[in-house]
Amino acid sequence: MPEQSIDHIRRMIARHKLWDHIFAIVGILSLMVGILTLLALFTELAIEGAPRIGWKLFTSFPSRHPEKAGILSAWVGTTLIMLVTAASAVPLGVASAVYLEEYARKNWLTAIIEINVTNLAGVPSIVYGLLALGLFVYKLDFGQSILSAGLTLALLILPIVIVSAREAIRAVPGSIREAAYALGATKWQTVRDHVLPYSLGGILTGTIMGLSRAIGETAPVITIGALTFIAFLPQSPFSDVFPFVSFRWLMDPFTVMPIQMFNWTSRPEAAFQHNAAAAGVILLVMTLIMNGIAIYIRYRFRKRIKW
Amino acid sequence: MVDEKIKAEVRNLNFYYGSVKALKDINLNIAEKKVTALIGPSGCGKTTYLRCFNRMHDLYPNNRYEGEIILHPDALNIAGPDIDPIEVRMRISMVFQRPNPFPKSIYENVAYGPKVRGIRRRSELDERVEKSLRGAAIWEEAKDRLHDLAFNLSGGQQQRLCIARALATDPEILLFDEPTSALDPIATAKIEELILELKKEVTILIVTHNMQQAARVSDYTAFMYIGELIEFDKTEKVFTVPSHKLTEDYITGRFG
Repeated sequence: MPEQSIDHIRRMIARHKLWDHIFAIVGILSLMVGILTLLALFTELAIEGAPRIGWKLFTSFPSRHPEKAGILSAWVGTTLIMLVTAASAVPLGVASAVYLEEYARKNWLTAIIEINVTNLAGVPSIVYGLLALGLFVYKLDFGQSILSAGLTLALLILPIVIVSAREAIRAVPGSIREAAYALGATKWQTVRDHVLPYSLGGILTGTIMGLSRAIGETAPVITIGALTFIAFLPQSPFSDVFPFVSFRWLMDPFTVMPIQMFNWTSRPEAAFQHNAAAAGVILLVMTLIMNGIAIYIRYRFRKRIKW
Repeated sequence: MVDEKIKAEVRNLNFYYGSVKALKDINLNIAEKKVTALIGPSGCGKTTYLRCFNRMHDLYPNNRYEGEIILHPDALNIAGPDIDPIEVRMRISMVFQRPNPFPKSIYENVAYGPKVRGIRRRSELDERVEKSLRGAAIWEEAKDRLHDLAFNLSGGQQQRLCIARALATDPEILLFDEPTSALDPIATAKIEELILELKKEVTILIVTHNMQQAARVSDYTAFMYIGELIEFDKTEKVFTVPSHKLTEDYITGRFG
């Protein structure tokens, strides 16, 4: 091969590779815009809230005195609402997903349902709030309660749960289903013994992702009438008379973390801003922990199942 | 095949994927406790034909059977629309092209068929699992790790586990859909040996793309081509003196 042409090829490769380097730099810069902004926000929030973060913040009710005010009613409210949300969204979502994936015939009707489920995920959350105000608060007379709020957020995340559960179910290979059917299993046996257990990781991951979206929602909860100042806890779920559990807390008024934050940021005193920042850090950490759990669950389930 | 006992008679079987006719007027007798091999080039319909026997096509919409598959001794038409496919699968088991164990323990894999049949007693399940694993020649390798995940077995062991899983249901016919196409030669040899052992107990129908395999393991061979049964006879006859030009061309490697 003549000397000149190999030089030519090398120069051409070098010229082409230049674009690799340029793109790598552009990519890193783009990534940094997102990550650094988030990091800066979190750091600022953490610094501002640092003096208020402590045990007392969790055990105190809100108060007119910023140094005494805490998030007790807010985190209890958020936790209970998440319980109601999970308890209603998971069975509904998983049942819908199983039906759509395993039972429904593929025709125009299921196609329309599928498109609408996906579209529902894009409906603004305030619209769900309005809907719930009419349905749960007034029509069904649940009032401005934990139950109403939990069901509202359940509706909100239902499309997320359905879509992620369907994806998880679809990831179970057809050969596994055929193996079960070939042994004489019915559809329900195949779903119960194989499809659901093997897709549980993905379903749980999707559910937690949905819940971590619900935990930060403010608009729909305000719409159905969350209180902004609440200095008592819902009734205890445990009682001293048989059957020792009580569901009366479901009908109690409530507040949640984002609303507590909003309430504090709208105060003129600077001291309350520190409270808001502290609550913000805790809300963020709660969300991060939930996402962490989701990643862990996915990892655990993937390890057991290889296909 | 005058001297053989017949396990199943296929009469004028047609099969349609929607409007596509995949099997054309197949007539064939399956001899009891013998191995019948189905050979032919890709797309000839041999797997489609095999999957008629346990009604796997019923899992997907728009598939249609015409004609009869008469299962003896009770002379039941298992391709009939009034027969529940699940009932057919309770009697006829299948081993697939790629090993497809459930992501459960070895024990749970084998015990699943009996469990579906309502067997719950631990001692009976234990007995069935051992018998099936022995029958599939994998007991020695598996007995100390029954509660290990099936995925931890090698490919060949997984396939023998799938055979054990099928045997645990006491099938009348065992269907094999190219059971060694994903395995290495040593694992393949073990499966072939096993098939020769199994035919003492059960009627076997095997699809294979490997003509040497058909020649080694089968008593009867059916050659199919574009949805039609071209030739069906004793294996040694098909491979030594085929009566059709097409069969001869295929087994001598002129096409396929």
